[in-house]
Amino acid sequence: METTLKTSKKRTGPVLFSNYQQADGIKKAIELGRENILLELKNSGLKGRGGAGFSTATKWMLSAAANAEKKFIVCNADEGEPGTFKDRVLLLEYPELVFDGMVIAGFTIGAKTGIVYLRGEYEYMLPSLEGFLNNMKEENLLGKNILEKEGFDFDINIRLGSGAYVCGEETALIESLEGYRGEPRNRPPFPVNTGYLGYPTIVNNVETLASIPHIIYKGGEWFKKNGTDKSKGSKLFSVSGDCRKPGVYELQWGTKINELLDIVEAKNCKAVQVGGASGVCLPKSQFNRSLAYEDAVTGGSIIIFDESRNMLKILKNFMEFFVEESCGQCTPCRVGNTKLLEGVENIEKGEYTFSYINKLKELGKTMQAASKCGLGQSSPNSFISILDNFKEEIFYSNRKGIKNVKA
Amino acid sequence: MLKRENIRIPVSQQALIVEKPIDTTTIGGTVTIQINEKKVSVPFGTTILDACKENQIHIPTLCHHPDLCIAGVCRICVVEVEGLRTLQTSCSFPVTSPIKIHTSTEKVRKARRHIIDLLLSEHYGECYSCFRNGNCELQSLAKEYGVDGYSFGHILEPKYKVDKSSAAVIRDMNKCILCKRCVRTCIDLQEVGVLEAINRGHETHVGTFLDKPLADVICINCGQCINRCPTAALRANDPSDEIWNAIDDPKKHVVIQTAPSPRAAIGEEFGIEPGHSFTGELNTALRRIGFDKVFDTNFTADLTIMEEGTELLRRLKKAVVEKDSSVKLPQFTSCSPGWIKFIEHFYPEYLDYLSSAKSPQQMFGAVIKTFYAKESKIDPADIITVALMPCAAKKFECNRPEMNSSGFKDVDYGLTTREMAKMIREAGIHLPEMPKSNFDEPFGNASGAGLIFGATGGVMEAALRTVYELVTGREVPFENLRIESCRGFEGIKQASIKLENCVESYNFLEGVELKFIVAHGTANAKKVMEMLQRGELSDVHFVEIMACPGGCLGGGGQPIPTSEEIRRKRAQAIYEEEEGLPVRKSHENVHIKYIYENFLTDGPCGELSHKLLHTHYTKRGKYIS
Repeated sequence: METTLKTSKKRTGPVLFSNYQQADGIKKAIELGRENILLELKNSGLKGRGGAGFSTATKWMLSAAANAEKKFIVCNADEGEPGTFKDRVLLLEYPELVFDGMVIAGFTIGAKTGIVYLRGEYEYMLPSLEGFLNNMKEENLLGKNILEKEGFDFDINIRLGSGAYVCGEETALIESLEGYRGEPRNRPPFPVNTGYLGYPTIVNNVETLASIPHIIYKGGEWFKKNGTDKSKGSKLFSVSGDCRKPGVYELQWGTKINELLDIVEAKNCKAVQVGGASGVCLPKSQFNRSLAYEDAVTGGSIIIFDESRNMLKILKNFMEFFVEESCGQCTPCRVGNTKLLEGVENIEKGEYTFSYINKLKELGKTMQAASKCGLGQSSPNSFISILDNFKEEIFYSNRKGIKNVKA
Repeated sequence: MLKRENIRIPVSQQALIVEKPIDTTTIGGTVTIQINEKKVSVPFGTTILDACKENQIHIPTLCHHPDLCIAGVCRICVVEVEGLRTLQTSCSFPVTSPIKIHTSTEKVRKARRHIIDLLLSEHYGECYSCFRNGNCELQSLAKEYGVDGYSFGHILEPKYKVDKSSAAVIRDMNKCILCKRCVRTCIDLQEVGVLEAINRGHETHVGTFLDKPLADVICINCGQCINRCPTAALRANDPSDEIWNAIDDPKKHVVIQTAPSPRAAIGEEFGIEPGHSFTGELNTALRRIGFDKVFDTNFTADLTIMEEGTELLRRLKKAVVEKDSSVKLPQFTSCSPGWIKFIEHFYPEYLDYLSSAKSPQQMFGAVIKTFYAKESKIDPADIITVALMPCAAKKFECNRPEMNSSGFKDVDYGLTTREMAKMIREAGIHLPEMPKSNFDEPFGNASGAGLIFGATGGVMEAALRTVYELVTGREVPFENLRIESCRGFEGIKQASIKLENCVESYNFLEGVELKFIVAHGTANAKKVMEMLQRGELSDVHFVEIMACPGGCLGGGGQPIPTSEEIRRKRAQAIYEEEEGLPVRKSHENVHIKYIYENFLTDGPCGELSHKLLHTHYTKRGKYIS
């Protein structure tokens, strides 16, 4: 595992992995001024890269418009979605992008403090990231009157999470930052108005922030040449599972699943989990779908399963994850996930009827509609998609022939 | 913009104040929304739930409680808001734009039914063997939604051990549905903070610090959590079986004293609207149950006024005449055992400010097992004293080791209003049908001053009526003896009364502006203590504090449910009853005169009083090993 930041960059890609010199974005931002930054951002069409896909420009505009004595920029580096590791690459190899992005955000909305909420498991990065921030301070890219711009003050500090998946949800993250249990808040109010300590707060994913310096320096027009009509720019994909070349790839939005499988040299692929445990599981027949906000959306996680894998085992693994990682606050998520897991176990034992399975799927739909946060709203995705897309294997075939199954 | 009311409490657990936008496009600060095809105008920031309530549209709730901040966790109150992908909780959603709401679509009904099914699947126990049978919000919801089976199974084995460690509150987490009302009651309403959610996911449960037994943490026993629990996860420690045994034992002389608040609320347990007193009916019912004597705690409330009032005057004399700087002023009342435990845990360095007078309950216990035993020639060892109280903390108080100044346990059992109602029902009695009867002698007619102890400000009002008259020789200068500045539900009330033309023995108080503060609910008590710490109470003489919101009438042993509206009605019942009483000042109570002439012959705060009617406190602190 890499423990220090890499200086030599071997990666190439259309946007994030294209050339960028630290501070270029900040300089350009000062030149443009707040209004033009927001216009540039709006023109770029950038959407949140964490998975929900909310317009970044709108988020920034709302918090820029909020009238408050303090504002905060929070970088969501609680990369917890199973199968996601692109933020790790960005933080280790491209920290200048993430931090420049935060500085630009602070300048734009008038925030003086930036906080990186770093996943507890990434504690090993802390010394090198803090060293990097110290260098930025020395170069006057952080601190008072940044790059001699009067009144442009901004500082970044890093706070560690403690391993709760739910703290990747922005309001739970804020609760955790404030020292409380990591439990999502009611929305509205939204963090752009009432965030950290009650002040307007922007919470952006690492990758979103890393896109900002490129957009500001090279322009929204340049950025939106990449991607599709509704999904502008490029995306980092964390590819894992049954393939010869797993890793982080920067690809255009709109890339077909088939194309991606070719790039990573996946053979005998049976299923692709798009979007991690909270995403959907697609069978071969849907491999011609494109990875984009308007089709198969993902925060970056792509998990590949080949013919040897047992889909029910995979589903069970996901459901066990949610049963444990639900914050336990709201009824549909806390109890619902245990019922779905119970369902999977009953299928495993062969103790089920189809009306029972359908009842559970209905329950899943209620969880999607009535849960308090994105966790419970998306946890039934794998349950519903795996049972729908792999009916044949799960209910009708002789499972004895499949690897990893007890006869 | 939405703002946090108080920075200390997490946003997820607190009410939101909605500020009106400055350049509002809405007319007159209202927004016109559409609920189920009906157009209605509501003030900007109203929650969907309130908007529906005002328009006679019923939305089920569980985690919502009128006394508490918003949680939005049970999800039973979800509705559809057009344009939003997911269902929204109506309790937490403020109306800020002209939205269209649907409260009973298929999606909504299905979701609510699912949520009830999920809660039932984890709710251990059977309704017919539960003390909340017939008064359980989960049960009512199941009925409302026609639940006729367990769609997702039902837990068959208890998951948690029942915590019976506390003398006051029993916790059975197997019945908990994690609405967190108790958590919010404890941290938000009472600012004690004993309860919090522990663990995550399916392991989540409400627990104490390190999951210790309730008796080993800083619980003040106020029992407010019990009043707000929708199910039977929290209940008071019920001694009624032992009381039945004592009643059935012919050798025992079982005596009951009844506090002022239960009589103003017990009707609610028999289906009567809040706000009706059943004093006379209750007396009859208690005799029919088999209590040998039925006494009025108001007698010792009057006694408390004599003792506490005298103590205050002595402190004032020491401070004003003798210039003794060691005298602690203001003097704080000591009737509320929840408040006593609160100050012992949170402000142990300020215990000297408390009046040393025992609470009326404990005074009565000591008087019964000494004075009454002697007068009626009964061996105190054969007397069982029961106290009917609106309170959970009284159960802890009567078990304090120091409460045996009669040589016996002064009060054997503290019984709540709810438990008393159960005993009355068990005896086949329908309380409202009972003929009225009086309390027993020799403590028959207490004063109205004792009765108003039940409402916040009542002790202060009673004390002022007596102290003012002792000092000036005149009645308090208020119409019908109503001291309005002591009344009402404002969290902290401050007022003063000027002492002029004093009688000779008190002319050291001539011209003194007697300043007092009344606070109820320990969250307000905390504010008062912080004022004391900052030195802001140096010119205040007397402070009344009750641990429960509304005072004793809102106590942790009172009928469920509770809300400010219900508490107001109970207060009204108490004040109305009081105005009809012949004696309304403690010092004019003939029995009080009698006891000071014949038993406590060295007068209030005398030697025997000190032995029987006064107590001391324990420095507990917040850290318990």
